[in-house]
Amino acid sequence: MELRRVVITGVGTINPLGNSVTEYWENLKNGVSGAGLITRFDASKHKTQFACEVKNFDPSLYMDRKEVRKHDLYTQFAFVSTEQAIQDCGLNWENVDHDRVGVIWGAGIGGLQTFFEEVRSFNEENPRFSPFFIPKMIANIAGGLISIKYGFRGPNFTTVSACASASHAMIEAFNMIRLGKADIMITGGSEAGVNEAGMAGFNSMRAISTRNDDPKTASRPFDPDRDGFVMGEGSSAFVFEEYESAVKRGAKIYAEMAGGGMSADAFHMTAPDPEGKGANLVMKWALEDAGIKPEDVDYINVHGTSTPLGDIAEPKAIIKTFGEHAYKVSISSTKSMTGHLLGAAGAVEGLACILAMQNNIVPPTINHFTDDPEIDNNLDFTFNVAKEREIKIAISNTFGFGGHNATLVFKKL
Amino acid sequence: MSDVAAKVKAIIVDKLGVDESEVVPSASFTNDLGADSLDTVELIMEFEKEFDLAIPDDEAEKISTVGEAIAHIEAAVK
Repeated sequence: MELRRVVITGVGTINPLGNSVTEYWENLKNGVSGAGLITRFDASKHKTQFACEVKNFDPSLYMDRKEVRKHDLYTQFAFVSTEQAIQDCGLNWENVDHDRVGVIWGAGIGGLQTFFEEVRSFNEENPRFSPFFIPKMIANIAGGLISIKYGFRGPNFTTVSACASASHAMIEAFNMIRLGKADIMITGGSEAGVNEAGMAGFNSMRAISTRNDDPKTASRPFDPDRDGFVMGEGSSAFVFEEYESAVKRGAKIYAEMAGGGMSADAFHMTAPDPEGKGANLVMKWALEDAGIKPEDVDYINVHGTSTPLGDIAEPKAIIKTFGEHAYKVSISSTKSMTGHLLGAAGAVEGLACILAMQNNIVPPTINHFTDDPEIDNNLDFTFNVAKEREIKIAISNTFGFGGHNATLVFKKL
Repeated sequence: MSDVAAKVKAIIVDKLGVDESEVVPSASFTNDLGADSLDTVELIMEFEKEFDLAIPDDEAEKISTVGEAIAHIEAAVK
């Protein structure tokens, strides 16, 4: 069976760097940090009091008041980015067979705030929950609601693999079109973890930075003084289309979704394999899937969360995968600016890859002050300043708690 | 308008996101005010909370309009 090709024809985003794709790219290439003190709740008693929040979000621009109340913030973010992507792709939807359009979404946690509020108000004397508790909280509801809103009756499910969720969703969406199960797929991911439960939960794991006196430099991947990731939130969405039909309708094509890799560390609940074995496998398999040689890759948007262990293992895996070419490829962690969007990371960073290719600019890894002797600094991490470079092939790595790894391969057409 | 009626209306406006002018006694939650089965359950729960009463399921099933809700609650709180 011949596999069909898949291209990306629509993009949308709402994230700590911008509420549109244009604003996101401007801040990304200029090395702007999205971090600041938490405004959503009183964090004064929390160990970490800052995060990368979405700014000036007005859900009423996208949905009516009743919908806003019924949907957790993670679903609201999904609606915003999806609507942008659907507008952007330029399809005349009246002529599209909606049975051939599917939605595969990614969310690492889902409606955490909803869960927290409902459980907190639970009364043991009158043990009842709101009828919206379950449907608002479950991690698959955003994808379901997208299909309901637009009438897309094709394949629909949600991938949950912590910080690799959106990448797995995009690989599955890609597969649906490749295998002929659908012609158009809406995919991406969303997450809304900047809340009391999210912050206190990750704090207890010592996973997030506590640099309260300087939030903007707290996310410092590959710097020896890094002390954990910075919580982010938001969403990116994509319209994936079968290549031939996209070309035939004269669609604006951002890039080809050329391949995907998936592996597991099989090592520890939260810590990465110190030698990056799973990370090596996932990149290797992603390139094989795309039929691309390692030396053809120009840019790697790394997982690079600014955690002590992860930032050591991933460069080792890159050297193992790419050999000598590891020193020629451009690398950056855009989490230094966006923070870590958990289950939405692969979508927001996949979009960074696509925009980097479109503009031939590698966005930087900001907040680099000193070299870490445990990391091979002959690698080009694009520290602090963006770099102009022709980018024909870009890959995005995401690794999730549980040892789930996913790598996306994008190709310029 | 009674105190109960005013509070019932306010809850309906808030939960169903409808205009106050639509919340007339004859208005049906599902047919006129756009509520689905989950909304209706939530409304009953809000009434119970607001007026500190228990509305058993078999009685709740008989409340389908604004007027029926007001009448039921007024009788219950007396």
